[in-house]
Amino acid sequence: MKDGGLSIELRVAGWFLGPALSVVLIFQLMPAGAAFLLSLTDFDLYTFAAPDTLRIVGLRNYQMLLQDGRFWLALRNTLYFVGLGGVLTLGLSLGTALWLNQRFVRFRALLRTVYFAPVVTTLVAVAIVWRYIYHARYGLLNQGLQLLGLEPVDWLGDPRWALPSLVLMAVWKNYGYSLLIFMAALQAVPEELYDAARIDGADLWQQFRHVTLPTLRPVVLLTGLVTANGYFQVFAEPYVMTGGGPLDATLTMVLLLYDQGFRWWRLGYAAALAFVLFVLMLLLSAVLLRLQREAQR
Amino acid sequence: MCDRLRKLIQLKGWPLILLGWLILGGCGREDARERLVFWVFGREGEQVRPLIEAFELEHPDLRVDLQQIPWSAAYERLLTAYVGGQLPDVAQMGNSWLARFAELHALEDLGTWIREADLDTTDFFEGVWMANRIDGCLYGLPWYVDTRVIFYRTDLLRRAGYERMPTTWSEWSRLMHRLVAPPVGARYALWLLPDWSSLVIFGMQNDAPLLGARGAYGNFRDERFRRAFRFYLSLFGARLVPLSSTTQLGSVYQEFARGQLVLFISGPWSVGELRDRLPDSLQNRWATAPLPGPEGPGLSLAGGASLVIFRGSRHPEATRKLIRFLTRPDVQLRFYELTGDLPVRRSVWQLPPLRDDRQIDGFREQLARIRPLPTIPEWEAIAARIHYYAEAAKRGLLSPEEALTMLDREVDLLLDKRRRWISAGEYHPAAHD
Repeated sequence: MKDGGLSIELRVAGWFLGPALSVVLIFQLMPAGAAFLLSLTDFDLYTFAAPDTLRIVGLRNYQMLLQDGRFWLALRNTLYFVGLGGVLTLGLSLGTALWLNQRFVRFRALLRTVYFAPVVTTLVAVAIVWRYIYHARYGLLNQGLQLLGLEPVDWLGDPRWALPSLVLMAVWKNYGYSLLIFMAALQAVPEELYDAARIDGADLWQQFRHVTLPTLRPVVLLTGLVTANGYFQVFAEPYVMTGGGPLDATLTMVLLLYDQGFRWWRLGYAAALAFVLFVLMLLLSAVLLRLQREAQR
Repeated sequence: MCDRLRKLIQLKGWPLILLGWLILGGCGREDARERLVFWVFGREGEQVRPLIEAFELEHPDLRVDLQQIPWSAAYERLLTAYVGGQLPDVAQMGNSWLARFAELHALEDLGTWIREADLDTTDFFEGVWMANRIDGCLYGLPWYVDTRVIFYRTDLLRRAGYERMPTTWSEWSRLMHRLVAPPVGARYALWLLPDWSSLVIFGMQNDAPLLGARGAYGNFRDERFRRAFRFYLSLFGARLVPLSSTTQLGSVYQEFARGQLVLFISGPWSVGELRDRLPDSLQNRWATAPLPGPEGPGLSLAGGASLVIFRGSRHPEATRKLIRFLTRPDVQLRFYELTGDLPVRRSVWQLPPLRDDRQIDGFREQLARIRPLPTIPEWEAIAARIHYYAEAAKRGLLSPEEALTMLDREVDLLLDKRRRWISAGEYHPAAHD
């Protein structure tokens, strides 16, 4: 009786979970597995012409990756993007959300739309505008600098400035999304907590530090996770704006992967790169999820 | 930047193409003509339609389905079509891609047909013809040719005491130093395209082999290439060429018009640009000249595009008619008028308006001295690395020695598989049919 009940439960659960599990299996696990197998071979342009020349090279692609200066550069640039971009996005969106949440702010709906608009605008359109802003001679930014009597900067052409310039653009484009989440979360903070804090004599900073932040913590971590994962896969911004240059200063992991895989058709090598990226993102997500779980406890 | 914008603008053409396709699809139902699929890329794709109409008039039994594809998507489209067995009958193909598709064994060898057909092959510029020959096979019929020459301001050169462009590096160098000094006082003497082309051309002019035996190794440390590299870097060192073309120079054509820039190395498209952009008062004050070389008139590269027939095509006769038609002198001339692309046949250059156009004399002379790039599939990946190390060296991040050593090492890695196959003697594309 007991056994039969369990098996019925299992069967029912199986029917409910089945569709979702098979989707995960077919569209996520199997391609990931295939990519891993591909990364153990030297599949490239020659293999298209003569499939029988495909060789299993074991971990040689990974070994080559570790010796490839461009890989380390791309990793560094990507981490830079995740770090700086993530912190800026979270900070800015949280700050803006707090401001918009104040009762004295008017036109809140309009402002919300304005901040969210870049998120839903196609990147190519955004890129055109930002290329004008960053233009070394006629750009808005440099004309501003000139008014202040400063030397113009070649934002996208100078290896030192190109990456921060892209981060800035990406933050502008993406932070409306986390802003929206933060605004929703702020609405959910019980007003009584603030009342109580005020009665205890807490100033604005203390209210933020001890009421707002603890309540928002799970949301901040979740948004952080989404943002970090997004920036880990940053591709379109450097692809459209700089093509990875100057001097590979804006080369990111996914851009390198695209280069190797779809421009030079070194698919085995590109698959190894994809797998490394996958593992890195998995690690990052695991850390952030663990933090979130501890926060909820 | 201009390039990207242009690509974006081209995207706007898609609704029109779609509409055209719907209309054509609507009326083509009862068509009994033999159907050819022809893929054309970028600007040529937009302009070639009248030629196709003329072809269909001449051959009432044939119909050509013209498909326009933006350059940015072309290579991937071709490769995915190859993998999926959906290649067209005929396509335009950039010279630098030929080797890759030949390696895939996707292209028809035209050698036998050309030998038997009464086509005067000596009428084609030799350099561009050679770019289509790989391992003794002929994989394409040249369609238009692209090379690099010098554009210069005739009035400013005269002010510096020169009647015409010098032909040797040393003279050229001396001229450039004069151009940035009074009385001309230009901000920069020369501008180079921000890519690998100028450096590779200087190397070819010095007879540098670029690659080692059978294209299996990088050979950029060769003394002949080193010499070219030193010359290239010296232009930046002496501030004759702007280091970063965006901050230090607004628009090349604008600065050229202002006299802040006197020479630049560029391709055929710049002829049209100058004619569109320069004020009338300057229109007779610019000219083109072939590139100087280390000891005398120098080489330039044989770029451009060819017409290829894919092996899967079931219309051998019709496809040959089409590509022959497109390379016929009168059609080539019409093509030049439509696109500004330079004809590949000498005889076309004898016809007006090309014959009487003094401003493109530089191209006329240069085309007799062009040389193809290495015809191996990995070339574009190698070229990207050349550009990278040239950038690093001219910005002083690497010494010239370090840059070339690292370049060779990376090219060796890129050619790893090729080398392994050659040494094992097991690889030959034809063996895998």
